[in-house]
Amino acid sequence: MKEAENNPIVSLIASIVSPFIMLFGLYVIFHGHYSPGGGFQGGTLMAASIILIRLAHSGQTGQLQFPATLNTPLGSLGVLIYYGTGLAALWWGGQFLNYAYLPLAQAISWRRSWGILMVEIGVGLAVMAILVSIFDDLLEDNSYD
Amino acid sequence: MRVVNYILLGVFFLLLIYASTSLFYRGDLEALVNREKSPANSPNAAAYYIRHAYHDTHSPNMVTAILADYRGYDTLGEETVILTAGLICFLLLRRERKKKKKSSPEKKQ
Repeated sequence: MKEAENNPIVSLIASIVSPFIMLFGLYVIFHGHYSPGGGFQGGTLMAASIILIRLAHSGQTGQLQFPATLNTPLGSLGVLIYYGTGLAALWWGGQFLNYAYLPLAQAISWRRSWGILMVEIGVGLAVMAILVSIFDDLLEDNSYD
Repeated sequence: MRVVNYILLGVFFLLLIYASTSLFYRGDLEALVNREKSPANSPNAAAYYIRHAYHDTHSPNMVTAILADYRGYDTLGEETVILTAGLICFLLLRRERKKKKKSSPEKKQ
């Protein structure tokens, strides 16, 4: 196992760049209606920003922003948001995943638009958490404590 | 053996180039995919999406509308697959590493 060396230049650049990648990921998720984008792409970008911090700061320092214990719960929460959107439509009288029956006081087309947004948020959360989780699983052997 | 590999790669490359020459142009109304009726005279899905996607979902990005609304079940399955893959990575990788960690101090002693 190699000894950990925290390169100050690398960690500084990573800490500067990472928030912008995260912001761009959020933009891609929430702007998925109007421009190319969506949950999968945005989730990957958010995971990239988190993994960049983990690469630059070895050991426990990289875990401060997003601890590894959050991985599986957040991934499950993302999938549950998706299922919950479908089940909410089912509960309020429609078919599973028929967003027109979501309990929102708007026209049908806008209700479907909001349904798409909720689903995309769920996908983004799940993709981000699962990618970070796989990275953590692979690197667990190389903990530098 | 390496020469055979390169020859196979070259043949495959030429095959792909040949196949791409018969692709239709984007937005070509005469292409089979873009026609409003399929050869069996049934309505084509693509034409329906192009006509109704904005009015149905208020999202100018047709891809998002199809991915998350019309084809919602598909995306649901994809997300479940991703979660399952992550959980299986967790189970497989973590368990082995723990065993190694337990056995390594004994060897040192």
